[in-house]
Amino acid sequence: MQQQSIRTHQFENGLMLIVEEMPGLQSAAFSFLVPAGSIYDGAGKNGSSAMLADWITRGAGTRDSRELTATLDNLGISHSQSAGSENITFTAASVADRITDGLEIFADVILRPHLAEEQFEPVKLGAEQSLIATEDDPQRKAMVELRKRSFSAPWGLSSDGSLEDLPNISAADVRGHHERCFRPNGAILGVAGNVDAKAVIEAVGKHFGEWKKKGGADVKPGDCGPKRTFIEHESAQTHIGISYDSVSFPDPDYYAAWAAVSVLSGGMSARLFTEVREKRGLCYSVYASQSSLKHEGRVLCYAGTSNERAQETLDVTLQELKRLGDGIDESELQRCKARAKSSLVMQQESSRGRAGSLARNWFFLEETRTLEDVRQKIDALTVDSILEYVNRRPAQDFTVLTIGPAELKVND
Amino acid sequence: MQFHQHTLSNGLTIVAESNSDVHSVALGFFVRTGARDETPELNGVSHFLEHMAFKGTERFTADDVNRIFDEVGAEYNASTSEEVTLFYGAILPEYLPQTFELLSSILYPTLRQDDFEMEKKVILEEISMYQDQPMHVAYEAGMLKHFEGHPLGTSILGTLESVGALTAEQMRQYHADHYRAGNITLAIAGNFEFDQIVDLAKQHCDHWPSGTLDRPIHEAIPKGGIAIVTQDSRNQQNIIQMTPGPAAQDELRFAAEILSVIVGDDGGSRIYWELVDPGLVEFAELGYYDYDGSGSYMTWLSCQPETTAENLARIQAIYETVNKEGVTEVELEQAKNKVASRVVLRSERPMGRLSSLGSNWVYRKEYQSVADDLAILRGLTLDDIRKCLDAYPLGASTTAAVGPLKELQLS
Repeated sequence: MQQQSIRTHQFENGLMLIVEEMPGLQSAAFSFLVPAGSIYDGAGKNGSSAMLADWITRGAGTRDSRELTATLDNLGISHSQSAGSENITFTAASVADRITDGLEIFADVILRPHLAEEQFEPVKLGAEQSLIATEDDPQRKAMVELRKRSFSAPWGLSSDGSLEDLPNISAADVRGHHERCFRPNGAILGVAGNVDAKAVIEAVGKHFGEWKKKGGADVKPGDCGPKRTFIEHESAQTHIGISYDSVSFPDPDYYAAWAAVSVLSGGMSARLFTEVREKRGLCYSVYASQSSLKHEGRVLCYAGTSNERAQETLDVTLQELKRLGDGIDESELQRCKARAKSSLVMQQESSRGRAGSLARNWFFLEETRTLEDVRQKIDALTVDSILEYVNRRPAQDFTVLTIGPAELKVND
Repeated sequence: MQFHQHTLSNGLTIVAESNSDVHSVALGFFVRTGARDETPELNGVSHFLEHMAFKGTERFTADDVNRIFDEVGAEYNASTSEEVTLFYGAILPEYLPQTFELLSSILYPTLRQDDFEMEKKVILEEISMYQDQPMHVAYEAGMLKHFEGHPLGTSILGTLESVGALTAEQMRQYHADHYRAGNITLAIAGNFEFDQIVDLAKQHCDHWPSGTLDRPIHEAIPKGGIAIVTQDSRNQQNIIQMTPGPAAQDELRFAAEILSVIVGDDGGSRIYWELVDPGLVEFAELGYYDYDGSGSYMTWLSCQPETTAENLARIQAIYETVNKEGVTEVELEQAKNKVASRVVLRSERPMGRLSSLGSNWVYRKEYQSVADDLAILRGLTLDDIRKCLDAYPLGASTTAAVGPLKELQLS
């Protein structure tokens, strides 16, 4: 793995900056996490953070909404902003020498948004349309509803918000969300690409140095939803969501948990694809993925299949999940390692990918992790260590949610 | 970056762009066959065949194929469009020989009867899956109506009936006719030595049958009209509107592309400010799609059923203004800056270069470097856009609507 040059710098106000110099690239990118995600929405106000992520770019500093867009387009800065459960994330990528201009503009967006009254109604209408569209997409809806039943509230709530809460959210609520949550202490900025770390530290200090520290809210995990749910829907397929307990991102078992899921679903030679799709032709789409937060983790699975074969699909999928503890072949582990190595090396070609990783790793682990660190952790995995993990934390006590014309029986 | 090209004696063309600064190599076999090359009784066969490629060859079993790709840590897949079936993978350079052998091998699969029957079930599931996605239903209905009577009006997936009725023998014949070396382009981008590529191609592709396939590429002359698919269970109305645009071989395509960004990009465009920004719709965009001999502008809209007609009228009004007055210098400059940055960002990874390298050769037998692309973009003028609008005005000759509406009045 190529030697990486990663520098960290914490500003006096608590803002954490992680910069990776990637001199071989033409581009640069940043990923800015602000601790204002949907877990801070508050009771009955689910959707505030999603609305803020839209409203916040509709005018900031000396520029109105159109001027802001024109400036970013003319600088060639492609960008996005979205609310997740923990953070609102701002990402940007451009030709390398433009990225500090991007930081200056996003300082306006983050610190000096207009949040103008006349822009609020359009934001709300847009949010409502997007939630209604999810109702029309049973595959997406299955995963949104599965998350709600898999993670403790408010982590499981949809970061897009809910149609029930939306009418109760006022402009004052969303402004309050910004006021309460946007703070430098707890915010993390990852920058990667063909940049000079010293210059980036200087630029960030200049644009964000005045940002004032404040106290954060404490959110306590609540309950999950029910273990069994059937949502009747007139659809061509039955959409099946399954989840079970796993580990958090900082957990020492994280890599073993990752490898276990990788044996199930990492690539087309993995078990779910082979057993459910290739051997039985039950599905087009079937997968499992590791979904780890800071304090908890789950494995989330999906399978979509025609209604008359849905029961068999559910049975076979559960069977595959449960039988993982019976044994793992050395060759299965080798394939996981090969895929991981390849994707780690290819990350070095992407400033966007690296900026995202730098920020995410700091958020979860409060440390930097080089690609070589990750490769070593994956290399250290053995069949025995993964099996020991799987048998200690077997796939059981499943949460199952189905959307389709008829209810299925869960034979677990 | 350096361009290389070589053609084997059977007609297989290799186009390659090497770059020693990157860490990976991406390669793809672009087979010039797709839905438009199917007869009605074979509808869906190109896409089904793409799936069958992964079910084993003379040398490799189906398990081998997936296993080896994963063993080398490849990012790999295949896709089928109206015109091209593509098999591709990105890997670390050390795995190039192994990956080349496997990827080239799967273009000539065994097509065993029992695998055919099993994979047919997967395809039928895929068709059902897309039936649950309203925008996809609208896309299919729109393409079918717009290109009615023209080969481009052939569904990629086919229908439950057409795929259900396909036989392995029909597929074998289709494969023998269409998978001929002269009909295939190998594109490769990233960190490699070209001599090695030519050696590998000679070793693994020299025995492929020669020959090419002619396809009629007369320009479609759509009659237009409305297709309404009423689905009471939906909440939103999903709409596709189409109108002719320049073909893949037409120099006007660059102007059409930038015009679609100015008028209908997902941010900062006229449609965005008029419909998306005020929250009138969930989604509205204009895209430009070029095909062999034909082209199309496609408008995508998702909104509340009761506001559909007025939103379509708003879009139509934008098109009429643009057709009449063109766009402004300021808009053109902004779009150029935005697109230039996208081109550079996308091109940084070999996988990002693969599609443009392959498509340029398949459609136009030409190579365009990133610098060429940027120079063309920079050189576009308001006059170019005017010419494009005069030849291919924006509009909505065909409409497909999926959702609760039983009828739709267009102004």
